Amino acid sequence: MKISLDTVVKTFDTFRAVHGVSLEIESGELVALLGPSGSGKTTILRMVAGLEYADSGKIYFGAEDATDIPVRDRGVGFVFQHYALFPHMTVAENIAFGMKVSKVKRGKQEIAARVADLLRLVKLDGLGERFPSQISGGQRQRVALARALAVDPKVLLLDEPFGALDANVRRDLRRWLREIHDELGITTLFVTHDQEEALDLADRVVILKDGKIVQQGTPEEVCREPNSPFVMSFLGDTNRLPATVANGEARIGDATLPAPGVADGRAEVFLRPGDLDWAVEGSGVAAKILRVIDHPGGRRLLVAPKDGGALELDVAPEIRARAGDEGYVAVRRGRVFAA
Amino acid sequence: MKRRVLPGLHLTLGLTLLYVSIIVVLPLGALVYKAASLGFVDYWRIVSSGRSVASYRVTVLCALGATAFNLIFGVALAWVLVRYRFPGRRFVDALVDLPFALPTAVAGIALTALFAPNGWFGAYLAGIGVQVAYTPLGIMVAMAFTSLPFIVRTVQPVLEDLDPALEEAAQSLGGSDSIIFRKVVLPLLTPALLAGVSLAFARSLGEFGAIIFIAGNQPFQTEITALLTFIRLEEYDYQAAAAVASVLLITAFVMLAVTNLLQARALRYTQRA
Repeated sequence: MKISLDTVVKTFDTFRAVHGVSLEIESGELVALLGPSGSGKTTILRMVAGLEYADSGKIYFGAEDATDIPVRDRGVGFVFQHYALFPHMTVAENIAFGMKVSKVKRGKQEIAARVADLLRLVKLDGLGERFPSQISGGQRQRVALARALAVDPKVLLLDEPFGALDANVRRDLRRWLREIHDELGITTLFVTHDQEEALDLADRVVILKDGKIVQQGTPEEVCREPNSPFVMSFLGDTNRLPATVANGEARIGDATLPAPGVADGRAEVFLRPGDLDWAVEGSGVAAKILRVIDHPGGRRLLVAPKDGGALELDVAPEIRARAGDEGYVAVRRGRVFAA
Repeated sequence: MKRRVLPGLHLTLGLTLLYVSIIVVLPLGALVYKAASLGFVDYWRIVSSGRSVASYRVTVLCALGATAFNLIFGVALAWVLVRYRFPGRRFVDALVDLPFALPTAVAGIALTALFAPNGWFGAYLAGIGVQVAYTPLGIMVAMAFTSLPFIVRTVQPVLEDLDPALEEAAQSLGGSDSIIFRKVVLPLLTPALLAGVSLAFARSLGEFGAIIFIAGNQPFQTEITALLTFIRLEEYDYQAAAAVASVLLITAFVMLAVTNLLQARALRYTQRA
């Protein structure tokens, strides 16, 4: 089911949470709403679900105007941030809840069979009789998903689905959610503040700031062509250096970077740590190493350029570097934005 | 004994046990001892006499009625106080505690004045042929008044802590308001409701001050068990007083035990495997 938002606005008391957002989500797509807290991403998700009503603007499911359809008739599956499992019902009863209260009457056996299917889908066979307090966080998350899927929703909505889980469980569940999405082909929209999660999981990422869409596109598009300093720094670690642009080129130290479309004058250069290299001799930005931090996959150098400021760069583990060494930072690529 | 990090266990445990012994166990023990000194035949004669049995019936039936009324009204009141923001909410919230704070005799006199045949409410009710003062209905009114805070104050915090996402989840799964209330909200309130109901009922069983003014106190009709105990005391018949009182005591114990059991059942889901 295709979802379209047309200049949707939502205000809480005096605080404007969403400023006229328009967005199209194609049928079967997996889309991430990514932004810092207060960017309006959860409010947008809740409006799509019908848990909040928009002050103005329209929300369409396919061709149907869903703006005023109450949540219970909207046919969405919603997975809450803290799962919101019914604590007094077993896992199986939680999953069956939507089918039991549905206007479509189903027999006891039909419901039991569907619950068993869903438990198998979310890899929780045999845990149907447990209560939510008796299973782990990752298992609760999967129960919440099974419960949402049980009512055959047209759209699946997830609010910070992996926020409360530890890192390993989170990565496993991410891959697994992607598999389930690909298997069922259900249009899915999820909210996250974790850029890694959004890039890892989504077909398309919608980046929000202060209730507005800043940029949207595939993970490749937003990573390679960030359209603003905000997107650049929100998506990952960056170094930020002042620079001067002349004739479509920005100059930092000995190095130059192409700066297409940036007017001559003062500008800012954004450099990913991985786009920088360290060499004892050569050209680039002359600097001195302050600290070396070792990671399993490489080492990060904290360096102080001669002209002031600070830079972080990620280099291969074989690179010889010690605090106090002097050398040059070579710039492989970077992005230039007008200051 | 394992070493503990937090200090003061022995001191607080000792003090607590001492206080409980002096304030609770000793008087109750004395009551049981007094009643037991009667011998079984005399004890049974007193507690099963017509006047005693009539007083149990009046007390228990009125307490049941008052508790049932408070169950509905108390939950509604707690619901409104938690879920809605309206002018005067804090004032209403404070009013709920009034029956705790007010001397029960004052409550009894006020209620009697209101419900007497020439009072503000009584005059109207007399017009439609209902008499409250000096009937079991009056006893119920007094019991309901004094036991209301128990239900409101036990349900209110649980309702406040109820995650709104639970109801939203139930809505998104297609549940109607009445289904959500019955299948999601009510089961989660049940333990608190049981606690509130048992406290309110126990309080009603033992209430004295508020009732005697409005009850009329006719033996066999509007005489409550607590009053019968008091009458026996005034007659210096301490053993008979203790015998009647022991029936109230046993009833209260049994009821608290039963509600504790029910509560444990209702809270099964919180136990970890």
